[in-house]
Amino acid sequence: MKTLVYLEHHDGQIQKDSLGVLSKAASLGGEVEAVLLGSGVEGLADEAARFGAARVHVADDARLEAPLPQPRVDVLERLVRDGGVDTVVFAATVLSADVAAALAARLEAGLNWDLTDLVEESGRLVGKRPALGDSVYVDVGWSSEPRLALIRSGTFEPVETGGSAEVVSVDPQLEEFSLAATMLEQAHEDSEGPSIEDADVIVAGGRGLGGPENFALVEELAKALGGAVAATRAVVDAGWYPYSAQVGQTGKTVSPKLYIACGISGAIQHKVGMQSSGLIVAINKDPNAPIFEYADLGVVGDLHEILPKLTELVRARRAA
Amino acid sequence: MKIAVCAKYVPDAAARLRLDPATKRLDRSGEGALNPFDINAIEEALRLKEAAGDGEIVIVSLGPEGALEAMRKALAMGADRVVLVSDEEAAGSDLVATSRILAAVLEREQADLVLFGQQASDSDGAVLWAAVADRLRRPLISQVAELTREDGKVRGKRQTEYGYDVIEAPLPAVLAVSDAINEPRYPSLKGIMGAKKKPQETVALGDLGLEAGAAGEAGSATEVYALGDPPPRGETRKIDDDGSAADAILEFLAEKKVL
Amino acid sequence: MKPSDYLPPFDPAEFVVAPAEPEIEVGVLVVGAGPAGLACAIRLGQLLEGAPELAERLGDVPVAVLEKGKQPGSHLLSGAVVNPRSLRTLFEGRVRTDAMPFLGRVEHESVYYLTPKRAMRIPAPPTMRNRGNYVASLSQLGRWLAEQAEEAGATILPETTASKLLVADGRVRGVQTGDRGRGRDGEELSNFEPGSEVLASVTVLAEGTQGHLTGVALDRFGLEGENPQVWALGVKEVWRVQKPLDHVIHTMGWPLRGAKRYREFGGSFVYPMGDDMVTVGMVVGLDYRDVELSVHDLLQELKTHRLVRKILEGGERIAWGAKTIPEGGFLSLPRQLNAPGLLICGDGAGLVNVPALKGIHYAVESGRLAAEAAFASLQRGEAPGRSGALAGYDQSLRESFVWEDLKRVRNMRPAFERGFWLGGAIAGAATATRGKLPPGDAHTERDADQELLSGGAASYPAPDGVLTFDKLSSVFLSGNKTRDDAPSHIRVRTDVPPELATLWEHMCPAQVYEAVDGGVEVTASNCVQCGAITAKGGRLTPPEGGSGPEYTVT
Repeated sequence: MKTLVYLEHHDGQIQKDSLGVLSKAASLGGEVEAVLLGSGVEGLADEAARFGAARVHVADDARLEAPLPQPRVDVLERLVRDGGVDTVVFAATVLSADVAAALAARLEAGLNWDLTDLVEESGRLVGKRPALGDSVYVDVGWSSEPRLALIRSGTFEPVETGGSAEVVSVDPQLEEFSLAATMLEQAHEDSEGPSIEDADVIVAGGRGLGGPENFALVEELAKALGGAVAATRAVVDAGWYPYSAQVGQTGKTVSPKLYIACGISGAIQHKVGMQSSGLIVAINKDPNAPIFEYADLGVVGDLHEILPKLTELVRARRAA
Repeated sequence: MKIAVCAKYVPDAAARLRLDPATKRLDRSGEGALNPFDINAIEEALRLKEAAGDGEIVIVSLGPEGALEAMRKALAMGADRVVLVSDEEAAGSDLVATSRILAAVLEREQADLVLFGQQASDSDGAVLWAAVADRLRRPLISQVAELTREDGKVRGKRQTEYGYDVIEAPLPAVLAVSDAINEPRYPSLKGIMGAKKKPQETVALGDLGLEAGAAGEAGSATEVYALGDPPPRGETRKIDDDGSAADAILEFLAEKKVL
Repeated sequence: MKPSDYLPPFDPAEFVVAPAEPEIEVGVLVVGAGPAGLACAIRLGQLLEGAPELAERLGDVPVAVLEKGKQPGSHLLSGAVVNPRSLRTLFEGRVRTDAMPFLGRVEHESVYYLTPKRAMRIPAPPTMRNRGNYVASLSQLGRWLAEQAEEAGATILPETTASKLLVADGRVRGVQTGDRGRGRDGEELSNFEPGSEVLASVTVLAEGTQGHLTGVALDRFGLEGENPQVWALGVKEVWRVQKPLDHVIHTMGWPLRGAKRYREFGGSFVYPMGDDMVTVGMVVGLDYRDVELSVHDLLQELKTHRLVRKILEGGERIAWGAKTIPEGGFLSLPRQLNAPGLLICGDGAGLVNVPALKGIHYAVESGRLAAEAAFASLQRGEAPGRSGALAGYDQSLRESFVWEDLKRVRNMRPAFERGFWLGGAIAGAATATRGKLPPGDAHTERDADQELLSGGAASYPAPDGVLTFDKLSSVFLSGNKTRDDAPSHIRVRTDVPPELATLWEHMCPAQVYEAVDGGVEVTASNCVQCGAITAKGGRLTPPEGGSGPEYTVT
């Protein structure tokens, strides 16, 4: 098996999810190579080596500086065809998803996405992915090579295996149409914190808060955790928080790594908007609240006391 | 200006989604509807046409014959034409096969702008446009939350994990819009009544110069092996606060490595 | 205290306007894509096929059917066991019964009187004999009828409410459809789309139970009969089951209380739907008096009875819904079902045979007769707005089996005001004498005029999420995804005393009402448009088109 791992980077660092995928690829065995595309990225090759790449292809070019998908496809296509690569793995992001899909068309190759695991079973590579709102799991595979895979964010943990790698410089041969789209203004970190769709951590408030003023408790905890604030339909209806924060059947669907539900009963209309969260913690003073049936950690108690204390503890732990 | 909007016919959310254990694919036998996310793309196309003063909006879809009725909603909103690729051989097409078919129709149409919606409500797959853009060899802007058009160019505000990029591309181009881009209009009664009279064309793979092997399972490169239950969420722990709940939560978060 | 002490802020005159800027003109406009409306559309299509000049005169759209749900069937719900005779007549033998979307013929049936622990088989009352009838999902039947109607040339317009009646010179000219895209306070949102005025030569109201414009029209044209209409609330579920059920079941008794003071009239049904599905429902007259009574929860409780539990064992609930049923029967029929330019059919008119639990075949027949009357009037070339032009409809209805059936059973339901046992005896006598006994005509009293009492009804089992469920889970299963910022479509006083707030809180199967300090809080987006509130002190008006439940197998 010869695997190529696409490494995404931001602000001079390789993304954690990409390193996780690289570690996983290394554990599957065979030849594992990584590719870094951008401008001024050679320095990241060492890190790629430490997390499992035996060879790192570096395509360093001003034309690759902007995080646009199409030029990357041109480079990857060459690497796959010339290198006899049979498997290409990506950690899913807005950018990498476009790259992977376009590459699949370019190579006429199969792409399976939203995978939460990748294993070898009965001599073939099998991807596991949730479907239909995470209510069912599907085993998927490829009927030809190369095989392309997009791994869901947060699936694999980076594991440092040490080691060094051969670093190969790549001269990008880019198509004209790939360069037609240009970046006029690149995104910068929003000082207000992540939007609830992108947040890794969400702290949500429901009627149990007692009043709109208590959303301050939710906001403080969210800030301490670097997360976003969400709200239930009931409190948005009551005017305690804006509709843009509403999670649920008639609001947004989110799947953060951590969802802390404060004073939320957990009726199904809310549940369907957040049930794919990695971890669910619920704080509610009603021991019979339906949310306790699916929360990973349920706390029966007074959120007005627990939230401020928890916020303090989180701040202290993070400062340490 | 000619705009092609790629729209998908998806099983109706109300008619509980189910995976067919026999084919291991989505049971599409029930009622279906126009993918709600594509409605944003149709609305954006209508706004562009209205701003330009004229133009043509054609809806392109791949699906069973019943899809034509669902696509009528787009005509009711104001789109001009529907082209549906409907062919038994195309059933079970994956990304590679689907993008091949759509690219063939779109080559026929030669639109200035090809629009996609954010995702399909049935497969959650949010990647088709990139594959189509590559086949058409056109510039791509995805996750567009705001769109403006000037002579021969489009400018899109693209939503990423880090905030918004502003990207410009010359026409002809392929764009995928997010559901944040607009609030779709309700079709007027006149629009609903006039929808049936607008041209609705059904084509088969052969009409596009595609052979049976280019589509369906034969033309796909991925397979579905099995369906199963999701892994259990794990034990649910429940504690009563005796004053130490905050500490317990912190420990839990640390243990699960989410801090 | 009674609910009618707190009348809702509703005046039917608000919903009658003169046409001002008509945009669309159709030949015959049918309001409601249910069995009555679609039968009317189908019959018109058949008749117009043989009258091409008239078809042409009627313009581009000779027959239009407005439907407020997302699609035909989305708001249709019933048991149902259907008598196929009207459908056979409608299709003139051209469609075989086995081509109709029925889910099985009724071969066996049983009626039980339940106590908490036992199920005592009792002989089926003669009005309840169902051999030869078919089990159906009304929602599915509606979808199928809509296809037939389109094939017959009708234009069906879903997600469109008929919000106001257009009247000029004393005749109905058409309807004004509802606005879409208003915010919570009625403000116009960015995608606001105003309703349109649709003119028609004949308007047929086939809106079903609690029909909005039907109520408006009855008031405007003084068509109300002597007795007020009364309703029952039916709540039902569809389950996927392991073992097929092979007979139709009706029950009486538990969990309803037979004592006269409670006025709890109703029962339950369990019907097989093919081999792998079963529907179970509870129907209770809205003249009940205990403020804590909840039909939704009575259904949950019913399922815990040994008889029902074993049918549902190992199964999965796949659908839920609720709808009111007009129960006044013959006594509550409007004195006339036509007005200049207007015809009224189906459940909206109250054409339901309560003891037999049948209304669908009457709806179909009334729709068919309405089509014939409209066609005849249009054929004659006279203005259907001329007074009496559509009187042929009432005439043919009175000569039909619909009238005969309803008249025969007219006194049965009111007999049950005397409590289950005495009522049962009176009903038995009525059956035996084919309606000659008891003599004379009983009367109905408005549901909202019933004095309320606190009778401790609310000792329902806590939902277990497997066999029994809470209201919000049920609303979810109805497919209701109404947008939260839509304006409230429910006219009700919110500053009401706690007993009334409690009554509504328990009554509503969709948890729309919540008793709070000072009155009641209304979450209109939960509403599945069953109509119960209209019977008990409020008034349901149609919300934005396309909202509400999305029934598929109810």
